[in-house]
Amino acid sequence: MDLSLSDEQKQLQEQAERFVRDKYAFDARRKIAATDRGWLPENWAQFAELGWLGMSFSEDDGGYGGGPIETMIVMEQFGKGLVLEPFLPTVVLGGGMIARSGSKSQKEALLAPMIEGKKQFALAWLERQSRYNLADVSLKATKEGAGWSLSGHKGVVYNAASADHIIVLARTAGSAREPKGLTLFIVDGKAKGLTRRDYPTQDSLRASELTFDKVSVGADAVLGKVDEGFGIVEDGVDRAIVALCAEATGCMDAINAATLEYIKTRKQFGVAIGKFQVLQHRMVDCFTNAQEARSMTLMASLKIDDKDPVVRAKAASGAKVQIGKSGKFCGQSAVQMHGGMGVTDELSVSHYFKRLTMIDLMFGNQQHHLTRYSNLAMAA
Amino acid sequence: MDLAFTPEEQKFADDVRAFVKANLPADVRDKVKNGKHLDRDDYMRWQQALGKKGWLVYTWPKKHGGPGFAPAQRYIFENICAEEYAPGIIPFGTKMVGPVIYTFGSEEQKAAYLPAIRGSTVWWCQGYSEPGSGSDLASLRTKAEKDGDHYIVNGSKTWNTMGHWADWIFCLVRTDSKSKPQEGISFLLIDMKTPGITVKPIIMADGGHEVNEVFFDNVKVPVANLVGKENEGWTCAKFLLANERLGIAAVPQSKRGVEALKGIARTEQDNGRPLIENQSFAEKIADLEIQVTALEYTELRVLSQMAHGGQPGPEVSGLKIRGSEIQQRLTELTMEAVGEYSAPYLPGLLWQGTNEEPVGPEYAHLAAPRYFNTRKTTIYGGSNEIQKGIISKMVLGL
Repeated sequence: MDLSLSDEQKQLQEQAERFVRDKYAFDARRKIAATDRGWLPENWAQFAELGWLGMSFSEDDGGYGGGPIETMIVMEQFGKGLVLEPFLPTVVLGGGMIARSGSKSQKEALLAPMIEGKKQFALAWLERQSRYNLADVSLKATKEGAGWSLSGHKGVVYNAASADHIIVLARTAGSAREPKGLTLFIVDGKAKGLTRRDYPTQDSLRASELTFDKVSVGADAVLGKVDEGFGIVEDGVDRAIVALCAEATGCMDAINAATLEYIKTRKQFGVAIGKFQVLQHRMVDCFTNAQEARSMTLMASLKIDDKDPVVRAKAASGAKVQIGKSGKFCGQSAVQMHGGMGVTDELSVSHYFKRLTMIDLMFGNQQHHLTRYSNLAMAA
Repeated sequence: MDLAFTPEEQKFADDVRAFVKANLPADVRDKVKNGKHLDRDDYMRWQQALGKKGWLVYTWPKKHGGPGFAPAQRYIFENICAEEYAPGIIPFGTKMVGPVIYTFGSEEQKAAYLPAIRGSTVWWCQGYSEPGSGSDLASLRTKAEKDGDHYIVNGSKTWNTMGHWADWIFCLVRTDSKSKPQEGISFLLIDMKTPGITVKPIIMADGGHEVNEVFFDNVKVPVANLVGKENEGWTCAKFLLANERLGIAAVPQSKRGVEALKGIARTEQDNGRPLIENQSFAEKIADLEIQVTALEYTELRVLSQMAHGGQPGPEVSGLKIRGSEIQQRLTELTMEAVGEYSAPYLPGLLWQGTNEEPVGPEYAHLAAPRYFNTRKTTIYGGSNEIQKGIISKMVLGL
């Protein structure tokens, strides 16, 4: 057993650290968030150039043969800088699902250009009533000649406005909330009948509400097999969760560092406030929470390629519970220890806090994953 | 002991409800009910209606023009106003500077300032905290130097709530920098229109503007605006902070919040059933409701003590601690109920009152901003760490 990074992985880490340092100073991020897209094409081109868009894909798929650990390394640095480029929806979710379940022609048409930085993706799974149940899907796809016609609504689709292709989870058979009978379709972002309402999110990302009004796609738009999309999306989301956990550990490190610095320098009653025991103990708990989060993220990154789907699901849910708990503790504590400054837009603290809060709500919050983990762990 | 209202108290409750129903402008009520941002004029219309009735300064004794409510009436009044979606009364005039003026001020000051506070024709704001003086308020440095019959004020104040709407500000200023920090502070009333005052917004984490920095550059203030004696302002400051802590528990608002949360949990879906039927989530709401009840009965005990002539002691700090934690938990659970639909950020709808369509249900876009913003409650009015310090020292003798 060896849990240390290889030389190549260390280099990747340094590279990602450098990117964040050079391109994601707090004020620079504010400017990026205010652009039309909400992210910078030149940064995306740099990701392609550095090989980050292909690092976690096999050489057969045109990638560089890495895996979840490489994703973890880069996502952690993205968390430190609160990076806005749509790496998670495009590479981890979209690219990952196409690599694992796509046909040869889909990979050629979509994956190869994605690795070159020329295509972006979004995953549309959530609906108004779904909450965290991936199978609670009512958007309908009906047979139309050789292809399909999609009608219905999808919500909070991250990166939909920038995505060249949107991967849509639709019901092709079965009743409400039945996992069987769901199919994934790869839909052109500019397809006729697809309308978007775009908005920024609390944490400065971009998302959209999508309405599908008889959107026609060919039979070749199906990702994987008809009626068997649930397993693909569940696995894809679990992998996205693990990447998200890595991002959260980066956020926690950054917010803890800022808080530690603040309580060392902010003086009240003639001393640095870090001299007060009540803050010392709270700071120690922040530090411990971040360590636990890091450990669970590493565990999940190591297990997410396991052959046993139960092992994978438990790893993802376990890590998500920890991240939810630790992220809330570190975020709330950082704000409290910063006092009034912590609730202003001016300092980075509130921005890390907002991102950590939204990470907990994405793909199932702490409570949801505790229930899921409990069901998986007690069944054995 | 009797929990039930007396016939007189019941009659009073009916009167209050009838008054609120008849006098709270419908548009203001809707804004409060839907969690919309209120403008200066929204607060003013309601407060002036209360002022005409004599109820705006409902905590004041009769001799200063208040209604002289008994503690039970105060409780009834606050609860019914919250139940009927009345906006919270802005405390700076009514609960802060007003009582300071009638307790420490001269007869001229009482005549000059109290009627406008009772009628809500003047908007007051607070100049306490400074960039370098938060929890350690007595270290404040904004200076007032005497020059004939004026003070010349220089310095800055921060976390000034709604100062951009204010006509007057009450300030703690340093008039003597040689003695102990608490002994060189004075309490000064300043007209916001005086030349040399600049108000600069502070944008909060939720994107809203409610607090400011206020800068004083050679601001001339008549010596007549000093309340109490020079260098004895700390007495006023402490008196005011004790009053501030009493109302800060916000029990009626939290009770209303729990009901609103139940409503959201009945609407939101979870595996095809209302979320409220999810046992884990229902128990979280129940736990919160029990916390609110414990806080309410603690507050009732304090009120009952006061009805029998006692004064609230340092134990009221406990109300602030638990009250603020409960307010935060409420926003946390509301956001949990809304789930991923908390993500859309709609500043137009949130702040500018534009006709921007909500994404998802109307309550969804408010959940996360409320959660972010409410982190302030354990920080302002003396952080909870400071409050616990007071209790451990003053109550427990540690």
